Amino acid sequence: MKLPIYLDYAATTPVDERVAKEMMQCLTMDGKFGNPASRSHRFGWQAEEAVDQARTDIADLVNADPREIVFTSGATESNNLAIKGAAQFYKKKGKHVITAKTEHKAVIDTCRELERQGFEVTYMDVEENGLLDLQKLADTMRDDTVLVSIMHVNNELGVIQDIATIGEMCRERKIMFHVDAAQSAGKVFIDVQQLKVDFMSFSAHKAYGPKGVGALYVRRKPRARLEAQMHGGGHERGMRSGTLATHQLVGMGTAFRIAKEDFEKDFAHISALRKRLIDGIMADMDEVYFNGTQDQSVPGIVNISFNFVEGESLLMAVKDIAVSSGSACTSASLEPSYVLRALGRNDELAHSSIRFSIGRFTTEEEIDYTVELMKNSIGRLREMSPLWEMHQEGIDLDSVEWAHH
Amino acid sequence: MAYSDKVIDHVENPRNVGALDKNDPSVATGMVGAPACGDVMKLQIKVSSEGVIEDAKFKTYGCGSAIASSSLVTEWVKGKTLDEAATIKNTDISAELELPPVKIHCSILAEDAIQAAIADYKSKQAK
Repeated sequence: MKLPIYLDYAATTPVDERVAKEMMQCLTMDGKFGNPASRSHRFGWQAEEAVDQARTDIADLVNADPREIVFTSGATESNNLAIKGAAQFYKKKGKHVITAKTEHKAVIDTCRELERQGFEVTYMDVEENGLLDLQKLADTMRDDTVLVSIMHVNNELGVIQDIATIGEMCRERKIMFHVDAAQSAGKVFIDVQQLKVDFMSFSAHKAYGPKGVGALYVRRKPRARLEAQMHGGGHERGMRSGTLATHQLVGMGTAFRIAKEDFEKDFAHISALRKRLIDGIMADMDEVYFNGTQDQSVPGIVNISFNFVEGESLLMAVKDIAVSSGSACTSASLEPSYVLRALGRNDELAHSSIRFSIGRFTTEEEIDYTVELMKNSIGRLREMSPLWEMHQEGIDLDSVEWAHH
Repeated sequence: MAYSDKVIDHVENPRNVGALDKNDPSVATGMVGAPACGDVMKLQIKVSSEGVIEDAKFKTYGCGSAIASSSLVTEWVKGKTLDEAATIKNTDISAELELPPVKIHCSILAEDAIQAAIADYKSKQAK
């Protein structure tokens, strides 16, 4: 076992060896290096064939038509394209957009931009378990609502939103529905023929593909429309110009093909490790809180708050494992996570949360090591914590008058 | 977070963690900070009849530099008279630990903890 142990698969995954091998066939002189848009020679044809195969592999994972897949630079760009592109296209119908407070920054910040462009955006609260109350969502939908954007799986908590029902609600009201599926592709079964989703964002690097490539699913029937955000040579049926990066797309296609082939194997492997981790940590430690809900979440993401221990010192104590704390995507700032705050967690619990994310290459031995390390570190830090001491003495910390400074 | 080796050493091997008997009349306690701010420090000193700090213990809830600052302070105050201990400044602490600018407040908190413990000792003796 090599240290440190990687338990941050929700941040990014290593590229699967099988994926890297395919990608390397698309770079050099004797590989498929051509421009897929070159129609006049075999270099172009070979590259185009590789890109077509990738498009098919990606579509297959979610039961889409390959013509519904638009390549982008990643899920951030896909979210931007779907949200800004659809809002701008449908703005004559209305200028109200709905999203949630626990969305990824790539959605929240894009919605902020829409507000600057004159749209009105409602950022919905979630319940204590991280899920949306669908009745409240229905009450928020208005005649001038043109777009709802809700993530499938939350990146910090792993909870799965009920996009099937939300899709029905949107379709009934003729509202376009965008889903950020960066964390769910390959982890949750997705069938766009069944789901009433109009746009769906995907990322390659969360599923053992390379960074810098993603895709947007754009429904053909009934047709979903959007305004391009990147102009140029008219690639991707005018929705996203720019020369297609053959090696990146082949990487994403291969990663998604493997995700489909290995779906059940990965799911069983990660579910078993999740149980081992949660059982190990929650079994004999007090004042440990599970964030989110275990009933409706992906197995790969486990978010736990350790009360009376401060987040940064905890990360320093467990430097043998690579995990996230606080706001998962901006760990550089140790501001308490806005997602945990949205669940109603107080500052201390939000400050003391750790997100463990498990993946295809995690082993039982690594999980066992992690459980021991957590127990020892939490024990040691609590021995050092005056708050833990007061808690042990039965003092209610809320009743203490702290000397604020 | 780029911490100095000294901070990391104090976090990994904190000196004088623990508690002194708060019912002992020669023991005084200073508790500063607040959980919502992310730092709480508790510093305890045991003072001899000659006014010399014989022992010091701390407990801290907080980031690495808060732990290191309080650990360092317990080392520094031991063997000092109360008057000598009162002269320890936050700038001495931050200089010794090479704290990054955003963490200076941790050294201020540690200085506050010394002052609070001394004040507690004096009020205990006055009774």
